[in-house]
Amino acid sequence: MSLPARVVTLLLAFLAVVAVALFVVIHYFLGGPPTVDYASGVTADTGATVHVVMQEDPQNTVSTHPDWVSYFIQNPRTHAWIHTTLFKVPAGSKIDMTIYGYDGCTPLRNPYFGRVTGTIGGVEYVNGKPVKVINSWSGCNVAHTFSIPGINLNIPMASPSLTANLCGTSPCTSGPHETVTFSFMSPKGPGEYFWQCRVPCGGGFLDGFGGPMQTIGFMTGNMEVVS
Amino acid sequence: MAASVAEDAQGPGSGGPNHGLRIFLIWLPIAVAADLLLYFVYGPHMPPGKMSNTAASQQFDIKVMSVLAAPVMAFVLVFMAYSVIVWRHREGDEEDGPPIFGHARIQATWITVTAVIVLFLAGFGTYELAWPGFAGAGAGEGPAPIWKPDGTPLQVQVIAQQWRFTYRYPQFGGFETTALMLPVGEPIQFNVTSLDVIHSFWAYQLGVKADANPGVNNVAYTTAQQTGTVTVRCAELCGLWHGAMFNFGKVVSVAAFKAWADKTEVQLASVTKILPPYATTYDPTVVPQINKAMAKAGIGGANGYYYPPNDPVQP
Repeated sequence: MSLPARVVTLLLAFLAVVAVALFVVIHYFLGGPPTVDYASGVTADTGATVHVVMQEDPQNTVSTHPDWVSYFIQNPRTHAWIHTTLFKVPAGSKIDMTIYGYDGCTPLRNPYFGRVTGTIGGVEYVNGKPVKVINSWSGCNVAHTFSIPGINLNIPMASPSLTANLCGTSPCTSGPHETVTFSFMSPKGPGEYFWQCRVPCGGGFLDGFGGPMQTIGFMTGNMEVVS
Repeated sequence: MAASVAEDAQGPGSGGPNHGLRIFLIWLPIAVAADLLLYFVYGPHMPPGKMSNTAASQQFDIKVMSVLAAPVMAFVLVFMAYSVIVWRHREGDEEDGPPIFGHARIQATWITVTAVIVLFLAGFGTYELAWPGFAGAGAGEGPAPIWKPDGTPLQVQVIAQQWRFTYRYPQFGGFETTALMLPVGEPIQFNVTSLDVIHSFWAYQLGVKADANPGVNNVAYTTAQQTGTVTVRCAELCGLWHGAMFNFGKVVSVAAFKAWADKTEVQLASVTKILPPYATTYDPTVVPQINKAMAKAGIGGANGYYYPPNDPVQP
């Protein structure tokens, strides 16, 4: 091989390596879903109230996985629904949460997590009614959970009835749903707290534990607490 | 190396210095000092501590291993340093080194010493697997444990699921909780299982580590000797949030434990009644109660499974 050919080959190989490295950096480190900011403009550790709004849907038609169940978070300023599961709240604040449950029922793998924990008063409100435990094995009544193990928060999400004609386009704006509200205090210091769904809702994956259950932006995410 | 030592160890008869004796005299105080420091100074601080009989037994094992390993490592280092200093190439010395021949006594000693060490470790390790008190070493012994403690241990079921441990206390009505509370001074039987993938229950300060497999009851025993906090971690890569799958348990007095258990049993009664009956393992994919309703509506899977037989499938 001639010298120019060797140089060109070497250069092309080098550029290929650089391209792969850039793809990895951009795709895996910079390409994640956005974080919805509920902390800006709120002074931490003052007990101020922040209202976080989410919804869970039977599908995610705005993603590359339209048949995956998914959470969405509402932008507090524009009220637009964002395809993400990452949000930021101020430390030492009262978090009022509203989650609209549009998805249908699936029983919990461990019915213990039908118990509400970690909220102020130890209750959640389903369409305004206080609830402490939902038995997902007794009927069609739980779709997902919103659970933050780091602060012992566990919220079973009530589901529409078994025969309901569920919303088919995400993010849902109409259709049968349950409105679940609850409040909890965010931790006093800054930190990262992952949250997850405990219903094995990854249909199409072994025992329902793959896909959306293991993917940030669908059924698990992160609550960032900032001071 | 051993042959080289043999040559040099001939000592006075060969007219040169007795390198073997020199190395031995350098090595001996270093090895003795290292062993004394390891056993008496660092030993009491070695992991996992002495919070339980199994942890204390493991700490003793690690001390014994260290005491055995230190002289071997010291010999290697001393020999290497001695070789570099004494047998290094010197300026102007072009002469070949002396020919190396076998030395039966050195070889026999080498083989005997290493064989004794290895056989001792095999016997010691086997014995220690059963100890302390012939109740296992804190490791999971499977569903039919060979070694059991005397008396009736407190039953604590460890249920692993992505990504949290929960605990059931069958002798207190079978309540389930995310809090691990244990009494000091009483034998404890952990029944470890999983509801989904493979996890591992690692109660670090107790010296207990048992795999949590779905459909398997993995039994491990321990007896806490001190009160305090226990760190529980999952020690088997189990998915996205494996690194966050940990919690803290507490070892308290027997009276405090009893009071907590009685109180919690009452507090969680409404939750306990919706749990499946206590069993050593669970098959959570079968939910007959919900199946009837789902089948009636024409959704969900037949036979009480979450999804139809062809779904879930391997991705």
